Amino acid sequence: MRLSLNSRLSAFSALLPALLVMLVVYVGATSWTVWMSLTNSRMLPNNNFVGLRQYEMLLGNDRWITSVHNIVIYGVLLVSLALVVGFLLAVAIDQRVRAEDTIRSIYLYPYSMSFIVTGLVWQWLLNPTLGIQHVLRSWGFEGATFDWIVRPETAIYCLVIAGVWQASGLVMAIMLAGLRGVDEEIWKAARVDGLPKWRVYVSIIVPMMGASFATAAVLLSTGVVRLYDLSVSMTNGGPGIASEVPAKFVMDHLFERANIGLATAAATTMLITVIAVVAPYLYWRARKGGMR
Amino acid sequence: MTAAAQFLPAARRSKRMNPARWGLYAFIFITALYFLLPLYVMVVTSLKPMAEIRQGNLLALPMSPSVDAWVKAWTSACTGLTCQGIRIGFFNSVRILVPSVAISILVGSLTGYALSLWRVRGANILFGAMMVVAFIPYQLFIYPLVRVFSFAGLGQSLLTIVIIHTIFGLPTMTLLFRNYFASLPVELFKAARVDGAGFYQIYARIMMPMATPMVVVAVILQTTGIWNDFILGLVFAGRDNLPMTVQLNNIVNSTQGERAYNVDMAATLLTALLPLAVYFGSGRWFVRGIAAGAVKG
Repeated sequence: MRLSLNSRLSAFSALLPALLVMLVVYVGATSWTVWMSLTNSRMLPNNNFVGLRQYEMLLGNDRWITSVHNIVIYGVLLVSLALVVGFLLAVAIDQRVRAEDTIRSIYLYPYSMSFIVTGLVWQWLLNPTLGIQHVLRSWGFEGATFDWIVRPETAIYCLVIAGVWQASGLVMAIMLAGLRGVDEEIWKAARVDGLPKWRVYVSIIVPMMGASFATAAVLLSTGVVRLYDLSVSMTNGGPGIASEVPAKFVMDHLFERANIGLATAAATTMLITVIAVVAPYLYWRARKGGMR
Repeated sequence: MTAAAQFLPAARRSKRMNPARWGLYAFIFITALYFLLPLYVMVVTSLKPMAEIRQGNLLALPMSPSVDAWVKAWTSACTGLTCQGIRIGFFNSVRILVPSVAISILVGSLTGYALSLWRVRGANILFGAMMVVAFIPYQLFIYPLVRVFSFAGLGQSLLTIVIIHTIFGLPTMTLLFRNYFASLPVELFKAARVDGAGFYQIYARIMMPMATPMVVVAVILQTTGIWNDFILGLVFAGRDNLPMTVQLNNIVNSTQGERAYNVDMAATLLTALLPLAVYFGSGRWFVRGIAAGAVKG
């Protein structure tokens, strides 16, 4: 069916906002940020090209190095723990348990809450004076120490605990959908062969669920790169700079430290990381046919 | 299964308890405790007077429960500068939420409609690009957007934050509606065209009424997403419109002297109340929203 001029104009007018957003926000703003990272802008943007100087400064910046170090620890632990915990929860629910809906709601509700709320609750729970450490001691474990949140070398693991609590339900929901999609015939065949259940999961089901694992892993990873609210609310980057993360580095250097060049160099580095994670995934999904 | 079991009524023929089942239920019980612990502690802490909290019984039920902390959190908790409670943030969040949800769904559904049913040239390229950029972290756009909005004379304002939420909600909303419209029988659309209906007529009279389930999913997704937002509200809303999450963080993390943990937890619960209500009220719709919007980070 050919479109009349009138309909074509209407369709174009409906797409105008999307086109504008794509060009101005995504392409325009991103390019401008990348360009700023090549200048020596401080409080106000300027166009003095300095090559990769800001990136050199970045690599020599203790706080940035700590931030990157932290996000790697957080990322590896969060993605692997959330995948394992989420998968186990989904398998447990998939055993035709009673009160399935209630159990699923309990696992997933943290995902509906903000990182600010999550961070503040866990800050209170992990508080060494009155929190979990105190409870353990009052139960008779006198020597129990769980003061990670006030120790520079362990503060980042507290963010992992809170992050896993918040995100595992999401992984569970994705995995459960995958498990429910497994052909009943496979289970029957395995039963005929007398395979124990765990063997079926490890050798047959997990390899079949590659797509679910990939989707969950990419979702979690993009969340890792963006991590900001949790660090702000739970530890505010502390003690000292012990739990700083790259997104917070960018925000602080943009709005408090007035160092646009350095901030945009850090932001560009984040962009490159995201591309490295997402590009292979999108390529793989496009080859599998369509964006769905 | 024994022969006798087969004669039990269907309702009672659920799986029998054996050691493996006990292990399974133990696992579910313990993990459920881990997930519920923070919510439980939030609730009991918010109902205890400070004297009780100082004794350090984190898990104990309140001995003399009171809602004083809730009243204080709502009406007089301090956010650094002013002491008017978190209700200011609540009403700011509502004022941000309502137009942002409505406008982002309107723009997203219109874009999805144009991209799915009308064969516009370059539609697939535009759609593909929108799905890719949804992964880029906000830190890449924030500063240029601040400049653009101040150049346009909007600065930090309610209108700015509504536009910002519309912009960043666009990829997910478009994906949601495009996939839904693409799954409808195309004959419906053709029949309407033969009858002489135009682009916007078909959208308003035929497609949107049919898309009610997607609108529900979109409302759930956008409501929780926008309510829980922190960074965009902090940067774009301006001092007079700071959303509840920002005020909550200020109340808890900028206190001088002894922390009023009961007030902190009451304020935290108040902030979590709306997403929790949406979540528990919507049941499977929430999961559907996650599945549909799974492309967004």
